[in-house]
Amino acid sequence: MVKPKLMQGNECCALGALAAGVRFFAGYPITPSTEIAEIFSKELPKLGGVFMQMEDEIASLAAVIGASLTGKKAITATSGPGFSLMQENLGFAAVAEVPCVIVNVMRLGPSTGMPTLPAQSDVMQARWGTHGDHSVIALAPSSVKEAFCLTVRAVNLAERYRVPVVLLMDEVIGHLRERVVFQPDEKVVQWERKQCLNPKSSQPFEETADGIPPFFSFGGEYRHHVTGLVHDESGFPTSQREGISRLIRRLHYKITQHLSDIVQVEEFFVDDADVLIIAYGSTARSAQAAVVRAREEGKKAGLLRLITLWPFPEKEVSTAAVNKKAVIVPEMNMGQLALEVARVLPDKNLLFPINRVDGELVTPDEILSVMGRIY
Amino acid sequence: MCAVYHKYLRLDHLPHIWCPGCGNGIVMGAFIRAMEDLKYDQNEVVVVSGIGCSGRISGYLDFNTLHTTHGRALAFATGIKAAEPRLKIFVFMGDGDATAIGGNHLIHACRRNIDMTAIIINNCTFGMTGGQFSPMTPKGKKASTAPYGTVERNFDIPALAQAAGATLVARVGIYQVNLLRELIVKASHHKGFALLEVISQCPVNYGRRNQMGDPAEMLEDQKGIIKSAGLGQGLENYFGQIFQSEQPEFIEEYNKMIVQAQKKGGCDV
Ligand SMILES: Cc1ncc(C[n+]2csc(CCOP(=O)(O)OP(=O)(O)O)c2C)c(N)n1
Repeated sequence: MVKPKLMQGNECCALGALAAGVRFFAGYPITPSTEIAEIFSKELPKLGGVFMQMEDEIASLAAVIGASLTGKKAITATSGPGFSLMQENLGFAAVAEVPCVIVNVMRLGPSTGMPTLPAQSDVMQARWGTHGDHSVIALAPSSVKEAFCLTVRAVNLAERYRVPVVLLMDEVIGHLRERVVFQPDEKVVQWERKQCLNPKSSQPFEETADGIPPFFSFGGEYRHHVTGLVHDESGFPTSQREGISRLIRRLHYKITQHLSDIVQVEEFFVDDADVLIIAYGSTARSAQAAVVRAREEGKKAGLLRLITLWPFPEKEVSTAAVNKKAVIVPEMNMGQLALEVARVLPDKNLLFPINRVDGELVTPDEILSVMGRIY
Repeated sequence: MCAVYHKYLRLDHLPHIWCPGCGNGIVMGAFIRAMEDLKYDQNEVVVVSGIGCSGRISGYLDFNTLHTTHGRALAFATGIKAAEPRLKIFVFMGDGDATAIGGNHLIHACRRNIDMTAIIINNCTFGMTGGQFSPMTPKGKKASTAPYGTVERNFDIPALAQAAGATLVARVGIYQVNLLRELIVKASHHKGFALLEVISQCPVNYGRRNQMGDPAEMLEDQKGIIKSAGLGQGLENYFGQIFQSEQPEFIEEYNKMIVQAQKKGGCDV
């Protein structure tokens, strides 16, 4: 028998990053993410890694990008206000294609808001927070164990696709303590970034078949230039129309071309359901409880839990919504992901958002009462 | 062009974008000559720059080069150095870059005393965006956003850096190219955070607005100031090396902490 451990979401997130091979953390303390920094400050030195508490979140992501350019796996953790400060450098990481992970333990905003109360307030900030068009991946764990697994996955996706990956954890999951079981044969798989093997035949920002250029690291065998300016395949600034558009389009398709590898959802009684709930993060836990209770009452409810929020699981959502009488989207915000769901539903009248913005969880009762009104 | 320049320049990315009479090329030339003295393997050197005219230096130099976001060069450089301490780091910034938007990173890099050489090219203006006043524009000087002359005072960079904890601080005129070369070598040999302020000229966006004449006249003026400056006249008048001290360096201190942490036992994962 494996002994279960009582663990916290933030703790699992930090340990997941270490297991994934992260050896560099730079951050600035902010509730409700601070435990992550504290754990890194304790564990990274033991592993010969680097923990840095920077002067602000702008510097934190800058340092993370700098570390990643030397080939190290690097991560930062913050919450809404700090995530806002990181946006400019997040765009830099996107255009310069620097692998990195940004954990955002979401709290209620805007501004200082309610620092200790949960929300799912940064779903859209994660997608559109930085300026310009760019690709991004965002994942949302629903349990403490999943905080571990998805942090590993976030690191892996960042390395494989050379993108910033955002782990959108709500405060409930970040601070939740629950039973976690790690099986003895459970292995953490590490994905590595594609390395440049022959600089004579490849370029640092080359348009390869899979859209992902090989990585040249600072201090490696080949020198190159990294800039936030639009650049050509050599990495140097270009102002040629064709080159500009080619880069921006590639930043998109290197993600959209690999949706089957990136997008993950989980189905719970979806097939025969009349009413579908689409939820993520801690809200999905209430949704699952609501489905169980509805089924006990003979109501055909189902849950599509989104694990990947960005790129939005368009195909999975539209397939799951086929023949449903209603789609309920509970969120701890004023309806951010609901906008995306509405976009892919055949009939917008099927959508029933539930929005909670008082720092409390959406409860199974609330979901059931909405369900009761429509079905 | 002499062989040393060929070795360190990315010739296929020249000509540069700088205006005639700009000081950036002079600083770049002195830097290349300093590299010739230092004889580092080019693969082991990282040149980091911010955004501005001066920020373009990184693209022309043949090292590992990183052109970052406006004001953040030192924060990126800190990540590189901490992750790969064997690399030699040089950071180029404009005065707006380093003391306006990047002022916070500047004082904290000084405080950390992390081993790298930072060069602020102070042309007293925001060159790239067309000559707005910067925190280094002397009071009363005109700028595109100070048509009646600035009402603000400027920073004294060496005094600021020294107070913040930098362990080698110098101000040098662009006129003093040989001294600049020597100071870059000295700064790179120095263990800790070394900051060089190079007083430069922007004839197009600053000199022109302030009737300072052509680039040659701006340099002649600088020569006059340098000649009259000397020790004991206060920092603002002194050119050349100003301050050097030995203090614990960040990476060395961090490594000591690692030894401590590892004595205490392994990781939980
Ligand atoms: C966040 C941000 N704000 C503003 C700008 C616009 N901008 C580009 S360069 C610059 C100032 C450059 O002045 P300085 O740092 O003194 O360098 P110089 O061009 O004189 O070398 C500004 C304000 C920017 N690129 N990014």
